[in-house]
Amino acid sequence: MWWEYITYFINATVLAAALRMATPLIFASMGGIFSERSGVINIGLEGMMLTGAFMGMLVTFYTNNPWIGLMGALLSGGIVGMVHAVAAVRYKVDQVVSGTAINIFAVGFTVFMLRTIFDVAGTSPAVPRIRTVALPIVRHIPVVGEIIGYQNPMVYMALILVVVVHIFLFHTVWGLRLRSVGEHPKAADTVGINVFLTRYVAVITSGALAGLGGAYLSIAHLSRFGDEMTAGRGFIALAAMIFGKWTPFGALGAALLFGFADAVQMRLQEVGIPRHFVQMIPYILTMVALAGFIGRATPPKSIGKPYEKE
Amino acid sequence: MVENILELSHITKRFPGVVANDDISLGIRKGEIHALVGENGSGKSTLMSIVYGLYQADAGEIIFKGVPVRIGDPRTAIELGLGMVFQHFMLVDTLTVTENVILHAEPHNWGFVDYKRAVSGVEELATAYGLRVDARARVADISVGQEQRVEILKALYRQAEVLILDEPTAVLTPQETEELFQVMNNLREQGTTIVFITHKIKEVLTISDRVSVLRRGKLVGTRNTAETGQRELAEMMVGREVLLRVKKEPAKPAETVVSVAGLQVRDRRGMPAVKDVSLELRRGEVLGIAGVEGNGQQELVEAITGLTTPDTGQVLLRGEPIQALSPMKIKRRGVSYIPEDRHKRGLILEYSVADNLILGLHSDPPFVERYLFRNERQIKAHAARLVESYDVRPPNPDQIIRTLSGGNQQKVVVAREFSRSPEFLVCSQPTRGLDIGAIEFIHQEIIRQRDQGTGVLLVSAELDEILSLSDRIAVMFDGRIVAVLSIDEADEQRLGYLMLGGDPQQAAGEIESGVTAK
Repeated sequence: MWWEYITYFINATVLAAALRMATPLIFASMGGIFSERSGVINIGLEGMMLTGAFMGMLVTFYTNNPWIGLMGALLSGGIVGMVHAVAAVRYKVDQVVSGTAINIFAVGFTVFMLRTIFDVAGTSPAVPRIRTVALPIVRHIPVVGEIIGYQNPMVYMALILVVVVHIFLFHTVWGLRLRSVGEHPKAADTVGINVFLTRYVAVITSGALAGLGGAYLSIAHLSRFGDEMTAGRGFIALAAMIFGKWTPFGALGAALLFGFADAVQMRLQEVGIPRHFVQMIPYILTMVALAGFIGRATPPKSIGKPYEKE
Repeated sequence: MVENILELSHITKRFPGVVANDDISLGIRKGEIHALVGENGSGKSTLMSIVYGLYQADAGEIIFKGVPVRIGDPRTAIELGLGMVFQHFMLVDTLTVTENVILHAEPHNWGFVDYKRAVSGVEELATAYGLRVDARARVADISVGQEQRVEILKALYRQAEVLILDEPTAVLTPQETEELFQVMNNLREQGTTIVFITHKIKEVLTISDRVSVLRRGKLVGTRNTAETGQRELAEMMVGREVLLRVKKEPAKPAETVVSVAGLQVRDRRGMPAVKDVSLELRRGEVLGIAGVEGNGQQELVEAITGLTTPDTGQVLLRGEPIQALSPMKIKRRGVSYIPEDRHKRGLILEYSVADNLILGLHSDPPFVERYLFRNERQIKAHAARLVESYDVRPPNPDQIIRTLSGGNQQKVVVAREFSRSPEFLVCSQPTRGLDIGAIEFIHQEIIRQRDQGTGVLLVSAELDEILSLSDRIAVMFDGRIVAVLSIDEADEQRLGYLMLGGDPQQAAGEIESGVTAK
C-alpha cells in the first residue's frame, strides 16, 4: 500500500521528467555560480534566460538549424550578461537594481520583438528543435536506462557542464583566481589579478549559460517561444545556486530536487495537493538554506560590492 | 660605498588638503633592515604604497637597483622584486594557506593547479625562513600571527628582494613579535632587504640597522640605529621633547568602589566568554587587564557597563548591584566609559564635536530646557570649555567629527567621559591607533583621574600601556582572571607568558629562581 504510493510519485518516468525540468535550472544556476563567485550578484538570470529563449528560437527560425539557434542563445545571453557587467563593474550600479532592470527589459524586449517580427501575440511559429537521442548501451540498463537513456542532448550537456564547472572552479588556475576575486578583490588585485576583467568574463559567461538554459525551453523542450516562457525559472535557478551553497554539485542537487517537485506536481494534484503549494517548495527550501538550517550558506564575501581601485 | 637597492628621490604626493609626502629622498641599502618611523599621518604608509604601486607620486623618482622605474601597479612592483605585507592582511579567508601564497603565481599543468607541488613549495619556503604555518589549513582557521607569516610567504614566494612590512607588530602578542623578529633576522641573513614601518621606537632599536623618521610628510632624518636612542627618535617623531613614561606618584588606594563577583558572560554567538570573574577595584588606583584580544576582555567590559547582561554574578558599585541596569542608568551613577572602538561606540561620526561632547548627557540638565529642547547656549559653552582644556584640534566645536584626526577624535571621547568626574572609569584600548603625542596626553589624563580618587579599570592589548599606567594587573586568559599581580611583580615576559595561558605557579617560580640565581 505504502509502496504503491511511493512508486506512484517516485518512478523512472517521474525521475526522467525531473531531469528534463531540472535542465534549464542547471544551465542557469551554473551561470549564477560564475557571476556570484566573482562577486557580482546576478538576479538578472531570469531576463538572460528569456532573451536566450527568444533569440534561440529566432536564429533557428531563420537558419532552420536549432544548433545554430543554440549559438544565438549563447551569444545573446552573453550580450545581456555584458550589459549587466558594464553596469555593475564599470559603472558600479547597485547589482540588484541592474539585474531587476534586465529582467523587466527582457520581458518587454521579447514581447515587442515577437510582435514586430512575426506579427503574432503570445506564441511564435513552430521551429525545428533539438531532438531527443537514445544513448547506445545505457538505454538498456534497467531503471537507469529509463531515466537517462532517452533524453534531449541538452540534458546531457547540462550534466557534463556541472562537472566542467566544478573542475574549472576548484582545479584550475583561473577558477582559483575567480574565487579569490569574489572573496577579497583587493587581495587579488595586490597580487596582480585583473579584478575588472575577471568579473567581466564571469558575468558574460553567466549570461551565456543562462541563455542556453532559456534556449532549452524554446528549441529543445518545446519548439516555439512563448511570452514570458521562463516563468520564474531564473529565480529558481538562483535559489538552486544558493541552496547548493554556490557549488556546482550542490546546485545540481538542488536543481534536481526542484525539477522533481515540478515533475510530481501533476500527480500531487491528483491526490489533492494544489499546484501552487508545490511551486512554493524551491523558495521555502531556499529560505531554509539561507536561515542556516542545513549548514550555513555563506555567499562569496565581496558579493554585491563594486570594486574600486584606490 | 654601500649599494642602495632602492632609492627614492624627491617623492611628493598630495591628497586633497594635505601633502602626504613632501620631497622625500631616501636610500634603502641592500640587505639591511631599515625602519621607517613616524606618527600616524606622517606619511610613512603612503610612501611605501607609492613604492608598491598602489599610489602614484605627483613628483619624484624611484630607482631600483640603479635603474629608474615606473611602478604603475602592484603587479609591476612584484615583478621587480618588491613585496609588501599590509597592516590589513590581504588574504582570502576561504582559501588555504597554500592557495593564498600561490595565487596568480600558481604551479600548474596546462592550467590545472598542481596543488601537491604548491604545498611542498610553500612548506620548503616556510622551513627555510622559520615561518611556522600549516600549508594546508584554511586561512579562516589560523591565528593572526600565522596570517602574517602567510603574507610574508606570499612575498617570498614571488621572490621579493625587498620586503616592506607595514606596522607588522600592531596585531601581535609579545611572543609572536619576538618570533617575527627572528624571522626578520633570518631573512636579513639570507639577503632580503626589509623596510619596517612602525611607530614603536623600542622595536626600531631592537631589530633595525638604520632608521628614517618622517614627520608631517617630511623626512626628518636617517640614523644608524646603533648611534641613536629612544629619546632622540621620539623627539624627531614628535618635534619636541616627549615624556616616554608617564610621571606618576605611587597610588593611594582608598575604599573599594567596584567589586565584581562570579561574573559569567556569553559572547554574541552564545559561547561563554567570561568565566567566573571576580575583581575588586579601589578608589585612586588603576587596575590593568592584560590579555591577548578575544579572551573575554570585551565581554567583561560590556557586562560592567551594562551593554550586555551577565548570565550570573554581580557587579557592585559602592555596594549596590548595577548588573541589571541599563547603560544610561549606570552612567548616571558615576561610571564613565572609553569604548575600544571610538567609531562604533564612542562617537557619532556625522555629528559635530559639540554634539559628540554631550552624547549620553544630552537628555540631562543643563543641556535640556523645558523637558524637550536643546539648550544651545549650554551645549556651546560646554564644548568650548572642553575643546580648550583637552586641546582638541582644530578648536572648532562645530566641526564634523569625522574630519578630525584619530587622536583628536579620541580626545573628544576622553573629554566627555573624564570631565564628568566619574567615580569609576572604564578605559578599553584608550590609545589604540594613536600617535605618541596623543598617547602621552591621554595617559596623563588617566593618571590625573586616578589621583583625583577615581577607580580606573584599564583594558589594553598594549603591554607597555598596561605596565606604565597600572598599579595592579589582572591577566585574562580564556575568559578567566589567571593572575593578579602588583606592578612591582609584573614585567613583560611574565605577563606575556601568562597571557598565552602559561601556568601562574610556574611564572612565579621562574621569576623567583631567576632572582636566587643572581
